[in-house]
Parts: sequence; C-alpha cells; structure tokens
Amino acid sequence: MQQIINFILRNKTTLFFVFLLTVSLSLSIQSHSYHRSRFFNSSNWLVGNVYNTQTKVSSYFKLKEVNENLLQENTRLRTLLFNSSETDTNTAIDTTFQYRVIPGQVIKNSYALRNNYITINKGKAEGIQQDMGVITSKGVLGIVEHTTNKFASVQSILNTKSNINAKIKNTNNFGSLKWDANRYDVVQLEDIPRMVPLLIGDTIVTGAMSSIFPENIPIGTIKKFNLNASESFYSIDVGLFNDMTNLNKIYIINNTFGSEIRELEEKITNDQ
Amino acid sequence: MTNNLYFLTSLRFILLVLVQVLVFNKLNFLGFINPMVYLLFLYWYPIKQRRAIFILISFLLGLTIDIFSDTVAFHAAATVTLAYLRPTIMRFVFGVNYEFQSFKLSNTTKAQQITFLALLIIGHHTIFFLLEIFSLDHLLLLLKKIVFTSTGSILICLLFTSLFSVDKE
Repeated sequence: MQQIINFILRNKTTLFFVFLLTVSLSLSIQSHSYHRSRFFNSSNWLVGNVYNTQTKVSSYFKLKEVNENLLQENTRLRTLLFNSSETDTNTAIDTTFQYRVIPGQVIKNSYALRNNYITINKGKAEGIQQDMGVITSKGVLGIVEHTTNKFASVQSILNTKSNINAKIKNTNNFGSLKWDANRYDVVQLEDIPRMVPLLIGDTIVTGAMSSIFPENIPIGTIKKFNLNASESFYSIDVGLFNDMTNLNKIYIINNTFGSEIRELEEKITNDQ
Repeated sequence: MTNNLYFLTSLRFILLVLVQVLVFNKLNFLGFINPMVYLLFLYWYPIKQRRAIFILISFLLGLTIDIFSDTVAFHAAATVTLAYLRPTIMRFVFGVNYEFQSFKLSNTTKAQQITFLALLIIGHHTIFFLLEIFSLDHLLLLLKKIVFTSTGSILICLLFTSLFSVDKE
C-alpha cells in the first residue's frame, strides 16, 4: 500500500498528464464516429457572442458586395415571377407551404480542416432545429447540426462526414455528395452508374431523395470524372458554385414534412 | 510579484486566444495555412512554477481554442502533450543550466531560443494534424500541412517574440 501511494506521489505530474491526454483523446476519437458532444462546439453562448460581435464590425466592410448580391438574386426571382402564372408580387406566404425559409448570417467559417463547421446567428429562438438545410443564393452550404438559443453550428459540405443526395440536372440519376478534404472548391459525387452519359460542365443539383433540401438547388458543375475501382460507378469531381471562402448571408430551409418523412423512414429501418 | 504573475498569465491567456481565433484562424494563407500563435503561451510561461498547474492551464488553453474552432479536442491533446514535454525539450536545448535559479530565457542565445520555439511548434503540429486527419491514407496531405503550417507558425511566433520581448519581466 505504502509503495502504491509513494508511486502515485512520485509520478503525480505524469499521471495527471496521462489523465488529461486520455480525456482529450477520447473526445477526439469519439467525434470520428458519433455526433459531437453538445458543449464542445462554437454555437455555445460565449463563443457565439464573441464571433457575433466580430461579425457586427466586419460586416460593414462588405455591405456593398452583399447588397449587390441581393439585388442580383432579387432581379432573377422577379424575372421568374413576372413570367410565371402567378403575377401578384404581394402574395402572402401561405402557412400550408411545405418549405419555410429563414434568413441568417454566417458568423464563423472554416475550410482548411477536414471536418469544417460554420456557425450562424440564428438558433432555437427562431425555430432552427437539427437537420435543417442551409443554402446561399448560389447553392448548397450544409446541414444544421447543433442549436442553442441564439446560434447554430452547421456541418459544411466541406466536411468528410457530410453526405448529401445529389443528381445530374434534368435527369434522375442520383448519387451521394462527399468531400475528400483536398480542395475547398471541389467536392465528389459518388455512385452514379457508368451507363449515364456525362459531359464536363454538366450541372449538379440536389436530389429529391432528401428530406432536408428541396429538389433542384444548384451545387456545382462537373469538372472531371472517371470510373472508380470497381469500374461500375463514376467518381465525379464537382466544382462548387459557392465561394466557400467568402460566405455572408444565408437561408435556412425548414421542410415542414421533414420530421414526418424521417419518422416513417425510421419505422422501416426498425421493422427490418 | 506573484499577483503580477497571475495577472500577466491570465491576460496572456485571453489575448492569445482572441488573437488566435479572431485573426489567425481566418488567415487561410494559400488556402490552408493558419499559424498557431497561441503556442507562445508555452514558450513564455515561467519555468519555476508548479508543473501540474502548467499542464492544467495548457489543457484549458487548448480546449478553449478547440471550442472556438470546432475541432473537438485536437488542440487540447497536442497542447497538453507539449506542456508535459516542455522540461525535456528545455533540457535538450539549453543543457543542464536551465535548472539553475538564475536561468532566464532572455539570457540564452538567439539560436537556442529559436530551436526551443521550433521544437515546441513542430511537436505540437505533428500531434495536432495526426489527430485531425486521423488516417494514413492522406500521408502526403498530412506532411504538407505539418511542414507548411509549422513554417508559418514559427515565422509569426518569432515576430511576436521580438515585438513583446521578455526582458521586461
């Protein structure tokens, strides 16, 4: 007994170090297979407020560019509206619509890591929940992973854990969109069968098999494609429409049927 | 004197965290180089203090950076390891005389200071990127990140050490 106590006293610094290292390593390794713990992410109160304060200052320097983008998007939407059967520009938003859109702002962004997360300034108070889709005016951005009262952290498409249903525009060939962590402007589309005719420059959009995103939201264009190891599927490099290094205003999409669809899908997996 | 030390350490902690997350984490030079200046905390921390407390503070520093940059606990693991290894590195760089009462970082040669800083940074970055990438399939990416980010960190940290000289303490 005496010897054990002596040993502990003699090596208390080393033991303390080993304890702290184990704590951090177990947190790190756990994150590779599970959703991260609720506390250790940048959407908590203190971190969110620090980033929010910084964004409040720095957003002034981008006002002109942001306004320009909004005007361009409005012009496009107005053109679409005037040429559709619905000509009343003051139509009220119907509560029975399947998709609701909530505006927001990026307050923290990263793209140099392997698992990148974006923090936005909208949270539970505005009705943001896990598994809502996030887009910009140009294309898909990611999926909400954690929310607090005022902030939410979004799993970016530049995240090796990200997996989004996507298809080639005007066809019904679905695949899954992943990222190999090499370049921040290129993501990979997997599982497109080899008989599908492909051309460099084809547009990739979100597919209908997702309960998160509406169909046909732009993602990017085909940059390069080749057959994978089994020679039966294509592996496609997709150049993103979004400039992931320069994000500002975003839209959060709430699919009001989403929870119902997921519930149904869960039931099927449970039955099997 | 001790009060002064506590004050200085906490001020350094807060300022280094803010500088790291608000400035250097957004640098993304060449698309991926984000120098980690907060390691200067390990470089500047007084030598004659209790080791357990030093290790604990380093762990908290790493964890704070982790929470800000959504990296789970990679920074914490790397920083706590380097805090534990610091005496070994110092004995390697400065020889036995670092154990004397009169030893001061400012009395050593420039070459010794740079070696000490470089070893801290390279060790830290190796552990950090090993954890972050977590697969040997991306060996080239791993090496690229370690080499370039270490170079960036060393350069920026050297600039900081010459700006805020330790002579005044």
